[in-house]
Amino acid sequence: MSNDSNNGMFGVSGSGDTSGFGGLIKSVKNIGSTERPYGGYFDQVADDLERAFPAFNDAIEKVVVDRGELTLFVKRERLFEVAKILRDQLRYEMCISVSGAHYPTEVGRELHVIIALLSITNNQRIRLEVCVPDSDPHLTSLVELWAGANWQERETYDMFGIIFDNHPGLTRILMPDDWDGFPQRKDYPLGGIPIEYKGATVPAPSERRSYQ
Amino acid sequence: MSTFTDPYASSRETTEGRVYSVTGGDWDSLSTEIGATKEERVVVNMGPQHPSTHGVLRLVLELEGETVTETRCGVGYLHTGIEKNTEYRSWTQGVTFVTRMDYLAPLFNETAYCLGVEKLLGITNDVTERATVIRVMMMEFNRISSHMVALGTGALELGALSPMIFAFREREKVLDIFEMVAGLRMNMAYVRPGGVAQDLPAGALTKIKETIKELRKNFKDNEKLLIGNSIWIKRTQGIGYLDLAGCTTLGITGPVLRSTGLPWDLRKAQPYCGYEDYQFDIPTTDTCDVYGRFLIRMQELEQSLRIIEQCVSKLEKLDGQPVMVADKKIAWPSQLSIGGDGMGNSLNHIREIMGESMEALIHHFKLVTEGFRVPAGQVYTTVESPRGEMGVHLISDGGTRPYRVHFREPSFNNLQATAAMCDGGQIADVIAAVASIDPVMGGVDR
Repeated sequence: MSNDSNNGMFGVSGSGDTSGFGGLIKSVKNIGSTERPYGGYFDQVADDLERAFPAFNDAIEKVVVDRGELTLFVKRERLFEVAKILRDQLRYEMCISVSGAHYPTEVGRELHVIIALLSITNNQRIRLEVCVPDSDPHLTSLVELWAGANWQERETYDMFGIIFDNHPGLTRILMPDDWDGFPQRKDYPLGGIPIEYKGATVPAPSERRSYQ
Repeated sequence: MSTFTDPYASSRETTEGRVYSVTGGDWDSLSTEIGATKEERVVVNMGPQHPSTHGVLRLVLELEGETVTETRCGVGYLHTGIEKNTEYRSWTQGVTFVTRMDYLAPLFNETAYCLGVEKLLGITNDVTERATVIRVMMMEFNRISSHMVALGTGALELGALSPMIFAFREREKVLDIFEMVAGLRMNMAYVRPGGVAQDLPAGALTKIKETIKELRKNFKDNEKLLIGNSIWIKRTQGIGYLDLAGCTTLGITGPVLRSTGLPWDLRKAQPYCGYEDYQFDIPTTDTCDVYGRFLIRMQELEQSLRIIEQCVSKLEKLDGQPVMVADKKIAWPSQLSIGGDGMGNSLNHIREIMGESMEALIHHFKLVTEGFRVPAGQVYTTVESPRGEMGVHLISDGGTRPYRVHFREPSFNNLQATAAMCDGGQIADVIAAVASIDPVMGGVDR
C-alpha cells in the first residue's frame, strides 16, 4: 500500500545475506477506486452526499469500499465543506477519530489524515481520508464543526507535523513542547539500545532482522 | 509583601506574576501570603503528581475565590510510544503492547486490536465460538474490575473511604479469575489474533460460578453505602453537567454519554463478538451529572454479571471446542500451559516439535519468528470499553508487521469534556467531574 514493491526478504541491505532473498522483489497490490454499486448503506450515503453537494465529483478524489468500510478520499481544499454537509445534512454527529499516516513513497501525498465519522441517528460510519504533501502539510481544522476534533488534531500534529489551519490552539499534546521532529513519521527512528542478555547482545528493535 | 521564607513553599517572581511552589502542609502561611496580595485571580496547577487526578493528569485551574473560571488539561506524561513500537513487531506481538495502554481495561484493548487484525485477514467468521464466548466473558469481567476502580477511587476522592475498600475487595476476586484463566492479573496478552492464548483450565467454570454469586451479593454493600447517601448525593448531583449536544460535539461516549439519556452502547448498536445473542439492558439516566454516571456504572455491574452467566452456560455446551482458528498459517502453534517452571508452551507441543515432527518444528519456527502476512488495506474496529468507544485503526501494507496502529482511546477523547464540566463550578467539584469521566492516563497518553 505504501510502496509499489518491497525489495528483499528482510528489509535490510548490506547485511551479507547470501540466501538470494535479498534480490527478491515483491509487488504490493494497491487498493484502487471502487465502482458502484458499493453495497450496504454506502450507495445511499454517496447518493445523499451527491444530492446535497453539487461539487461532489470535484471534491471526492476516489471512493474506496474495502472490508465493509467506506472511505471517501477528499481533496483538502474541500474537506471543510464536505464535512459540514456530512454533519448538517447527513447527520454525522460525531467526529470519532482523527489520525494520520505517513507514506514517504507517495510523492506529493506523503501525509494522510484519516477521519472517522459516526452517525448515531443512522447508526452508520464512514471514513474520510485527506492527502497532503510533506512540503505543504496544511489542511482546514474541523474543530469548528466538532469540538471533539481538538485534541485529536493536536495529536495528529504532534505525531506527524500536519498543520490544521484555524485550529484554536495547535500545540503538541503528548510530546514535550520543545520536542524536535514528529515521532510517527516513517523516517523518525524508533530508538532503543542493544540489550545484553547472558553474554549475547540483542540489537534494538529497529535494527533486528525482520521479514517483510 | 513579606518575603516568603518557608523552605517547603518558596515563591519567586515571574513575568506572569508571583509563583508559589507548594509541597503540602503549609497552607496557612500560603493563604496569609496570597491574602495580602490584591490579585483576585489565582492559577492553580493541580498535578501531574496528585492522588486524585487519576494518574499523571495535570489540571491548570484559573480561580476566582473558589470558583473555577478556566480549566485546562495537560496530558502526555505517560506517553510511551506504543503505537510506534507496534510498527516494529509482528502482528501477534502487537497484543503485548496494546494491552498496556488502558491498564484498567487490558482485555478491551486486546480484543479491539485482534478484531481489527482478524478483519484485515478476513477470518472474522472463522474464529471459533468458544474463543469468542471466552473473549466476551473476560471482557465483561474486565468491565466489572474497571468499574470497581472508577467507583472506589471516585468515592475515595470525595472523601468516602469505605466504598474503595469494598470495591477493591471485589476487584481482587475478578483479578483472581484473570490469573486463573490467563496466568496474569493485568496486561495478560490473552486475546490473540485468531482466538485466545489458552483454553480455560479445568474447574474454571465452577470457580467462575462461585465468584458470580459472591460478587452479586457483595455489590449490594457499595450500593447501600452510596445510593441515597445524602452526603454523596450533595457532592455529585448536578455536578459536572454535560448534556447530549455537548457530548456529541465533543465525541464523548460511554457512561458519560449514557448519563444524558441516550442508550448508545456499541454492544447493542453495532454488535461484535456475538453480543446480539446475549440478553442484557443498557442502563441510562437523564441527569447528565456525576451522580447519574456513577449510577450507570453500578447498574452495568449487574448487566455484566448477567452476560457472564450466559457465557458460562454457553461454554458448558462448547466444552472441548478449539479456542484458535483452524488455519495453521495464522494460528499460534501452541497453547500455553503451566509447567513446573511457570507458564509456557505445553510440554506435549514441545515433545511434538522437538522429537516427532520436523514439519511442526518448521511451522512453529516460521510463525513465531516471521509471523503471518496480512493483506494490504485499512480497517477501523470498535468495542465498547468501560469508558466508551475503543476504536482501533489498523493499516497493513501486506507485511508481517503493522504499517500503522492507531488507538482511538475513549479516555483521551472524553477528557476533553473536563473544561465543559468544570468551568464556572467550584474547585472541589473538579475532582468529582474528572472522576466521573474515569480517565486512565495509560490510555490517554499511550
